[in-house]
Amino acid sequence: MNFETVIGIEVHAELNTNTKMFCGCAREYGAETNTKTCPICLGHPGVLPKINEKAVELAVRAAMALNCHVADQTKFDRKNYFYPDTPKAYQISQFDQPIGFDGYIDAEVDGETKRFRIERVHLEEDAGKMNHTGANHSVVDFNRTGAPLIEIVSEADMRSPKEAVAYLERLKEVLQYAGVSDVKMEEGSLRCDCNISVRPYGQEKFGTKTELKNLNSFGNVLKGLEFEEDRHRKLLLSGGVMRQETLRFDETKKQTVLMRVKEGASDYRYFPEPDLVKLVLDHDWKEAIRAGIPELPDARRVRYQEALGLSAYDAKQLTVTREMAEYFEATIAAGAEPKAAANWTVGEVQGHLNKSTETFDTIKLTPARLAEMIELIAGGTISSKIAKQVFTAVIEQGVEPRAYVEEQGLAQISDEGLLRGLVVEMFEANPAVVEELVNGRDRKKGFVIGQIMKKTKGMANPALLDQLFYEELEKLK
Amino acid sequence: MAKINEEQVRHVAHLARLAVTDEEVQQFTVQLEKILGFAEQLNELDTTGIEPTTHVLDLKNVLRKDEVRPSLPRTEVERLAPDWEDGQVRVPAVFE
Amino acid sequence: MSLFEHGVKNLHTLVKDGEVKVSELVQESFDRIDRVDGKIGAFLSLNEDAFEQAKRMDEIAKHEANPLFGLPIGVKDNIVTKGMTTTCGSKFLENFVPAHDATVVERLHEAGAITIGKLNMDEFAMGSSNENSAYKPVRNPWNTKHVPGGSSGGSAAAVAAGEVLFSLGSDTGGSIRQPAAYCGVVGLKPTYGLVSRYGLVAFASSLDQIGPLTRTVEDNAYLLSAIAGHCDMDSTSANVNPTDYTQALTGDIKGLKIAVPKEYFGEGISEGVKENIRAAIKKLESLGATVDEVSLPNSKYALATYYLLASSEASSNLARFDGIRYGVRAEADALEDVFKYSRAQGFGDEVKRRIMLGTYALSSGYYDAYYKKAQQARTLIKHDFDQVLANYDVIIGPTAPTPAFELGAQNDDPVTMYANDILTIPINLAGVPAISVPAGLVDGLPVGLQIIGKHFDEATIYRAAHAFELATGGFALPKL
Repeated sequence: MNFETVIGIEVHAELNTNTKMFCGCAREYGAETNTKTCPICLGHPGVLPKINEKAVELAVRAAMALNCHVADQTKFDRKNYFYPDTPKAYQISQFDQPIGFDGYIDAEVDGETKRFRIERVHLEEDAGKMNHTGANHSVVDFNRTGAPLIEIVSEADMRSPKEAVAYLERLKEVLQYAGVSDVKMEEGSLRCDCNISVRPYGQEKFGTKTELKNLNSFGNVLKGLEFEEDRHRKLLLSGGVMRQETLRFDETKKQTVLMRVKEGASDYRYFPEPDLVKLVLDHDWKEAIRAGIPELPDARRVRYQEALGLSAYDAKQLTVTREMAEYFEATIAAGAEPKAAANWTVGEVQGHLNKSTETFDTIKLTPARLAEMIELIAGGTISSKIAKQVFTAVIEQGVEPRAYVEEQGLAQISDEGLLRGLVVEMFEANPAVVEELVNGRDRKKGFVIGQIMKKTKGMANPALLDQLFYEELEKLK
Repeated sequence: MAKINEEQVRHVAHLARLAVTDEEVQQFTVQLEKILGFAEQLNELDTTGIEPTTHVLDLKNVLRKDEVRPSLPRTEVERLAPDWEDGQVRVPAVFE
Repeated sequence: MSLFEHGVKNLHTLVKDGEVKVSELVQESFDRIDRVDGKIGAFLSLNEDAFEQAKRMDEIAKHEANPLFGLPIGVKDNIVTKGMTTTCGSKFLENFVPAHDATVVERLHEAGAITIGKLNMDEFAMGSSNENSAYKPVRNPWNTKHVPGGSSGGSAAAVAAGEVLFSLGSDTGGSIRQPAAYCGVVGLKPTYGLVSRYGLVAFASSLDQIGPLTRTVEDNAYLLSAIAGHCDMDSTSANVNPTDYTQALTGDIKGLKIAVPKEYFGEGISEGVKENIRAAIKKLESLGATVDEVSLPNSKYALATYYLLASSEASSNLARFDGIRYGVRAEADALEDVFKYSRAQGFGDEVKRRIMLGTYALSSGYYDAYYKKAQQARTLIKHDFDQVLANYDVIIGPTAPTPAFELGAQNDDPVTMYANDILTIPINLAGVPAISVPAGLVDGLPVGLQIIGKHFDEATIYRAAHAFELATGGFALPKL
């Protein structure tokens, strides 16, 4: 029997705000435990929430970037459940009026573009963090409690683990470009839960799904889903019945591990949050938010190809992260020729960053310096060989390329008169060589050029020298 | 309607995280049935097309600026916590 | 004579002129509490710093312009006070000392009022007799066999017994007005959104309001002026500027248009109450007001609507009392048992009952039939009030169906107990303001006249109540 896999994904992304969703506590990763809390986020008696304007705007941004309809009016609801990391014993979330709905993203899978639909994007608050300190106890840190989150729920549109990862990569890219979230899985600012089921081809009804939680990298999403896909298929083939389970992926065992079996639907007793009033997103507010969204990767790729004449490959390479794309664009804005700027950015610059702790924002080779260096090369002031030396100096010491080249005397000799004189001098001193050259024995050219390079300590502009060599030789024919 | 049985009462007590004795279950069953029976009179009202009221005031877009305000000193969190361990609130183990 | 008989206006002058010291006022409170609170049970805790504060204030009193400066106040124990235990009348919060002050408490501090202590109440404000306090019942100063009403029973009794000049209570379905009526004091439930709820431990968020309880209408207007107005910490707070409500007390109600709903004189309202209220209406008419009978046809659904909505919100609001971060934690090995037993041990019967009701009404499969239905009924009830108040300045009727009943008299049946609030609940559902002012005695127990006004028109309510008070010669306090 042939099976079809069906995957749906829920992503939680922490929003890039200074403060929490409903109080003024700083949203800060890695702070000392329980130092970023207040009566409001700790759910003390008598406190009231107040909506963070920036969080609303970032959620609207996300919805727009994910091609959603943005609600004209929305509200918050309480989702009631008891857990030690949830201080009020309810989470303020959005139930029946999500801020965004009916969106999609297009992602490339095996060279083909596929559209994945997004059911909804809604705003909510995060829970605290629990750690297990021993056999009998857990401890709770409430610093993360109340941090603003968006939950992005996809339709069950993915048909393979690979598609799931393609969707996630694309989603991550969009959220990062839109400036909505840090999307750092290792810090928990991007988290995903995947629902997977398997059904015989042609069957309309979905199979029984299992949920994979706590996936901390896209690699584990892929491995975890592949493991589940295989497990589902084998079980169904052997005539077994799938249970509705929640599992996690164990990296060391390279397999999924049961967390709990789901028994019926949870009863969260949603009802409208009486402590908060409605949000009305009128046309002007929406348009102001839309205007603030940085250009998204797809649009950039098209522009890089059409306006800058770059290849599709280069355009894709340059837009892997927003930081890289912005570095590249700043380099062009500083006057560099696009193709050269692209080559340097994805080549030497990215290569250097891979090996260091610096980022596109902190690197000493600023876009302005890179542009200056590219100009020195294009203008023939330095050779590409010397350029490597200049690159190292800028990266390490933060020197200005032009000043450095001058100080170190690294400029090429591009003085036509001088170089022509040297060619003529060399021809006059070596009549036998000239005779061979005139007779078409080109291999003696290397000798002449070599001698001139020796004399100029390698600083002669090779292209110009080459050109003058042929001009003078022609005169002797 | 408004027939409520002991099993439902136990389920509701679980949702509300209230430990209940058998006696309380019996008592709540009788009382809730009575209160809900009283509430049945709302069925006389035709509420077709009537908007539910969540807020009596027509307020909208009450927002705060994304500006940091001081958090509590951790000693205040510790002072109130029934059980505390090394900067965190301690609870019985949660297994997942 | 008690210094408190002077009222806010005179006391302010006396304090400013140095004729009465703030410390004397504080002393008066503490002496009176010493003498009578054993019988009344109005206080759950006292502010030990009150004398120190008074001494400091005496040094600067003559420069002080705020009318409330140096005046002793009692605060209901569901309003959080930094550094002062706030129990909500519950064992769950027996040792809970808040880390912050409620907005109203901050405003009282700014005005210079001195908090004498925290006042007894039905646990989490759920009750109409104060018998649901986990600590002790409050007794009615007019007759200590009788209840003071609830849930702000401590707030009403403390004022009636002369233990403080005035107090703050909270009103979700009548919890200020009904005890004010039972104890013969003036109690106002402001328009929803007029007074900040920040720091009021929530019972039913969409209905709760803090309000003043006082000896006189004028004092009430002074106290409201100090606490009302927009609060940045409360998203449901209206954009209302601070107002001096005492300006409304002209004594003139000529041409005031009064509506009297026939439903407020129906079944279950005692003859004694009806008589006193009819006499009060005649009095208002004699002062130049016009009176018409009107109908609030959906009021009969208010009680059921209220118990579904208030209990549903309460079931969620009280879920935070889980034994994890503060309050009682039951010893248990399993986390689920920590939740269940902490709550079972920390909460009393009435609180549990309402949590159960609210949880049920919100649970899957019942939401539409109960919660949503009640929200729709609320819309209809509110509409009744909007219509009448479009044509009239105020609506007038009794505050409670009977005078105060005896302790233990209504404990058998929750629905009978709930019916005590039948005349006050519709006002909370509509969100409008209403006051209860003393309107005579029946068998030695006070009756309250309820005056209901338009949204944010507390001024007209005060004007009517004040004129009535002047015409009836004010009201004496009980001998204790």
